[in-house]
Parts: sequence; structure tokens; C-alpha cells
Amino acid sequence: MSLRRENRRLFTRLAIVAVAMFGFGFALVPFYNQICAALGINSLEQAETVVNTQVDRSRTVVIELDANAHNLPWRFKPVVSHVSVHPGELTTVEYEIVNVREAAVTGQAVPSYGPQHAAEYFKKIECFCFTQQTLAAGETRRMPVTFVVDPKLPASIGSIALSYTFFEVAGRGGKS
Amino acid sequence: MSAVADTHGHAHGAAHSHGHHGGYGGIMRWITTTNHKDIGTMYLWFSFIMFSIGGLMAVVIRLELFSPGLQLVDPDFFNQMTTMHGLIMVFGAIMPVFVGFANWLIPMQIGAPDMAFARLNNWSFWLLPFAATLLVLSFFMPGGAPGVGWTMYAPLTVQMGMGMDLTIFAVHILGMSSILGSINIITTILNMRAPGMTLMRMPLFCWTWLITAYLLVATMPVLAGAVTMTLTDRHFGTTFFNAAGGGDPVLYQHIFWFFGHPEVYIIALPGFGVISQVIPAFSRKPLFGYASMVYATSAIAILSFIVWAHHMYTVGMPVTGQLFFMYATTLIAVPTGVKVFNWVTTMWKGSLTFETPMLFAVGFLFMFTLGGFTGLVLALVPVDIQLHDTYYVVAHFHYVMVAGALFAAFAGIYFWLPKWTGRMYNETLGKIHFWLTMIFFNMVFFVQHFLGLAGMPRRIPDYPLMFETWNKISSLGAFGMGLTQLLFLYVVVKCIRSGEPAAQLPWEGADSLEWTHLPTPAPYHSFETPPVVK
Repeated sequence: MSLRRENRRLFTRLAIVAVAMFGFGFALVPFYNQICAALGINSLEQAETVVNTQVDRSRTVVIELDANAHNLPWRFKPVVSHVSVHPGELTTVEYEIVNVREAAVTGQAVPSYGPQHAAEYFKKIECFCFTQQTLAAGETRRMPVTFVVDPKLPASIGSIALSYTFFEVAGRGGKS
Repeated sequence: MSAVADTHGHAHGAAHSHGHHGGYGGIMRWITTTNHKDIGTMYLWFSFIMFSIGGLMAVVIRLELFSPGLQLVDPDFFNQMTTMHGLIMVFGAIMPVFVGFANWLIPMQIGAPDMAFARLNNWSFWLLPFAATLLVLSFFMPGGAPGVGWTMYAPLTVQMGMGMDLTIFAVHILGMSSILGSINIITTILNMRAPGMTLMRMPLFCWTWLITAYLLVATMPVLAGAVTMTLTDRHFGTTFFNAAGGGDPVLYQHIFWFFGHPEVYIIALPGFGVISQVIPAFSRKPLFGYASMVYATSAIAILSFIVWAHHMYTVGMPVTGQLFFMYATTLIAVPTGVKVFNWVTTMWKGSLTFETPMLFAVGFLFMFTLGGFTGLVLALVPVDIQLHDTYYVVAHFHYVMVAGALFAAFAGIYFWLPKWTGRMYNETLGKIHFWLTMIFFNMVFFVQHFLGLAGMPRRIPDYPLMFETWNKISSLGAFGMGLTQLLFLYVVVKCIRSGEPAAQLPWEGADSLEWTHLPTPAPYHSFETPPVVK
């Protein structure tokens, strides 16, 4: 009977479609991964990277680094004498201190800025001046300052001098 | 289809038809039957039983939500109730009820003696009680039934107890049943039509089912794949959805909704078909824009494959993706609008009467359109991000599932009950059933729009005091709506047992083959000689 045969043929075809769609469900797995990779979304293996979108690349400000030790037997100087930064950019510079005395000494750094009103635009995130520093006899130490220059810095200021002065914390000796 | 050669004797009445049941009587008749009408009847009763079970679960949910705080059930059981209510209503009640319609009506409407694969048809049905048993059994497993939501999202499904495995197997079996049933329907419609019954002459109910069946064949296997992946993640060390092993829980949502959105139309389209039979009959006019209805239905089916991610705007997809799915989703409003306009235009200047089937059809028209509009609201990304997983969503999909699909099923049952049983239901009680259902339905769900807009999340058994009034109204409506369905059962049983004998053509506007070419009630075997449709 030809109707019977036709029915069976249609059944076979539709059954193949059903089986193929079962496979399609599984094919969605690599497909999904490929789409995500191609679009760069949802990549679980990669660590998140943070991009700073607040940098004003149209301006450059020169930060001049200065260091003084006030009556302190320390050799204190910046590793580089100046850096050029864009406002909004996170920057780290280092200072080096050598204690030349034969005993431990505790000191406290105090920053100052030139011009003075640049201070409010100079945001220090991390600084050795936040805490007292104790150096053992003859110790050499490198210490960081991490800062951002506020993009609101007035256009008239093209360079900022960052000057640190270390004072001995009297009576502390090496004890912190 | 007006002038048709009548090749079938009307002498076979109800009294004779019982002689054709085959070799078995009693329960064995129903277990072994290959008759499309018997199988259709079993589908309809099965779905009513599941509708009652799912309805009871809804009542438990609404009892708990009657007052703020936790009083009746613990949150875990509440989650099991929402999960099982959804699964049972979608897979156990709404889908089978329309397969029941398909079994009863498609062979009669296209002039075929039975379905193409009669024995397979029997098996498609008898898979369902086993699946339903598995679902119900999951309540008695350690840890109870899964409380993961009907969408069965990973990673929760990977962590559930043994009840989850039973649910996964139940979904497999339900899917198998749907696929086999759909292949049967497609084959019947494509190969078994009577001479002269071209595709574009078929009643629209057959068209909507043909398209629905294709959707089922294309998407049920994808759901089967998704739950199979969940199963292997649970027991066989794969990590499809486990981020610790390089998988991704969001992937599950993509696969699920690739099935899930066409599923929405699998539920809705046969209801559209029923409405497209009922409205012309009670307007005494042919359906307006038949061809555009066919094309609109096809367009909805095709578009349904490219909108799935509108269910998951909040997973963190790129804006381009959100825009694509938003535009595609709003595009679906066009063919759906075509259908609504065609139904309204069919009624325009018709000789309208409002018997129960027509009341449900008009109720469908109003409520489904409202549900469609809230769907458009939810399709918009900025709005959806606010309303995602709130009661606004619950209200929206109950307007399209209950007032859409369920109202259409009620309309169809009242419409064809005389043809199936040879008896008329009580018209007054039918109208009371409609009006109570309509009022209580809106009492349950209309206020849930307000709750959702005010920020009440779904699937939570407790809520702040400010939501109490609307929740009380909603719960009272739910109890009323549940009780009203007992009236429906009474009307149907009374009709079967002691209804007035139905006229040969109880609805004067009905014009498809089962009305014009077969006696009422329809004989056990119909169209053994195909009619010639001119």
C-alpha cells in the first residue's frame, strides 16, 4: 500500500529531524563558547582587567621630585629626578634612603608642593610619609609614592614640585 | 467546502457505534485502543486530571501568599509547589488538552479515517501517565520534588536531590510523547487528506496544529538535550553548566529558552486554531483573511526561534544582543496583531450570538490581547530589567497561558462537546462557568500587575506588608477560580450522562467536515471512505 509507505517515509524524515535537533542542542555548547570568544565576552578563564577611563591624555604635567633630610644622618633622594604624567593617570615613583648612622633612627617625612595650591590636586594613594619610618644602622630602603594628579588641575600649572623633608622623631631612637 | 458530495450514510447512530470498539471491553478497551477518538478522549481526561492537580498546587501557593510571613508551608515546599505547578500545567494540562483536540478533530476535519500511525498514537498517549507518575513520585524522594522553578535552571538543578532525576526522566518521556504525537499529526495532515481537501482549504485548526507539530519536532529534542546535560552534570562528571569545570550556567538558559520560547507558541497556536473555528461559527461568516491567518501563524513560528534571549535580558549580555532580541520580539507583535484584527473583522457585521463557546472566544480575544500588550512592555530591555522576575511577569504569562490557551480550550470543549457526546451541555451553567472564570481570573491576575510594578519578586513565599491587600484579593480570586472549575466538571459530566440530545448541527455557522459530513454524535469510525471535497 503506497500510502503506508509514504507515511513511513515521512515518519523517518521527521524522526531524523528530531534526532538532529537533539544533536543541535549539544552543538549549541561549542557554538556558545565560540560566540563568547569571538565577541570577547564571558571569558571565565581570563582575570578581569580594570581600565582607567579617566586619563586626560591631552595634557602632560611634569612632576619634579625633591628630597631633604632635616638634621638627620640619612642620605635621602628620589630614584628619578622628575616624571611626566597625564592627569588622572596612576603613577608610582620611588625614593631611596640610606641611614649612615651607627644606630637605628626613626623619621617622619613631610611633603610640600610648589606651587602650593597644587596640593589639593595631588592625590597620594600610598606614601612612605603616611607612617613613621625606622631604619636600622646602615640600612638602605626604597620607598614608593603612588599618586594621581586630579584632571581638574588648573591649566596654568604645567609642573609640580613634590618635595619631602624627613625629620627625626626625637627620643624614639630605633624603637618604633 | 460548501458543496460536498455526501458519501457517508447518516444511519450509523450512537446506538450502532458501540459495536465497533474491537475485541476488548472495559479498561482493556482504553489500554489497547488505536481509535483516534478514544485516544483524544483519554488525552482530554488526562489533561483535566493534571489541570486539577496543578490547580491544587496553585491554591497552596495562593494560601501561603494570602498573608505576609510564613504560615502554611516552609519555603522549600513552596518552591516545589511553584516548580511542579508550572511543569504540570505546561506539560501535563495545556499541551495534552490540545493534543486531545488534535486527535479528535484533525482526522474528521480533513476527511481521514484515523491518524496515520494509530498504534503509535496509543503509545504516545500511554507514555503520559508514566511521566506524570514520575513527576508526582518526586515529592516522595529524599529532599522532595525539585524546587528549581519550571525552567529548571542550572546550577540549582545540579545540586538538587533525587527528585530532580525523576523530573528529568519525566521530561524525557513527555518529550518523547510530544515528538511522536507531532510526527503523527504532521503525517496525518500531509498524507491523509481527503481528495479535494487542499492545504489551503483545511480548517485553520489543522493549520495551526501542523505548524505547532513542526515546532515540537524542532524544539522538544533541544529540551531533551538540555536536561540530558543536566543529568550528566549531576552523575557522570561532565561540566556543561558548572563554572568550576569550565562550563557556564548561562549556557543552560540559552539552550532552555531556545526550546522555551517556541514552546510558548506550541501552547498558544492550537488555541488560536480553536478560536479561528469558533468565532466564524458564531458570527455566521467565514473567517476573515484565511490566507493571512496561515501566513501569520507561520511567521510567528519562524520568529519564535530568534527571540529566546528576551527571557534573559539580565544575564549580562552585550547591548547589541539585547537590542537584537528586543527588536525581534517586538516584531512578533505584527503577525499576532494580524490574527487579532482578523478575528475582530470576522465578527464585524456578523450575526453574532453569544453561547458559551463564543463567550470564551471573545473573553480570549480581550484577555489574550491584554497579555500580548504586557508582553510588548516586557520585550523592552530598559523596562524588563526593572520588571524581570516580578509578579508583572507572572501576570503577563498567565494572561496568555490561562486566558489565552485555557480559555481557548474551554471554548473548544463547549463547541465540540455536542459533536463528541451527541448531547448538549446546560447553556445556563456554561455561561455561569464562563462569567465566574472570567471574573475570578482577573481577580487573581490583574492585581498581580500592580504587585509586579511595585517590585514584588516571584517565587518567594513571603512579602512586605505593603503588598498584602493585592495579595489577599489575588488569593481569594484563586480560590474562587479553583471552585469554579468544579462547576465545569459538573457541566461536562452532566452533559455526557444526561444532557439533552444534540441537534445534528447545533451551531448553525459551523462549516467544517465534522459538522457537515458526519452525524452527531460522531460515529466511532468515520470517513472510512474518504469524502470528496469540491
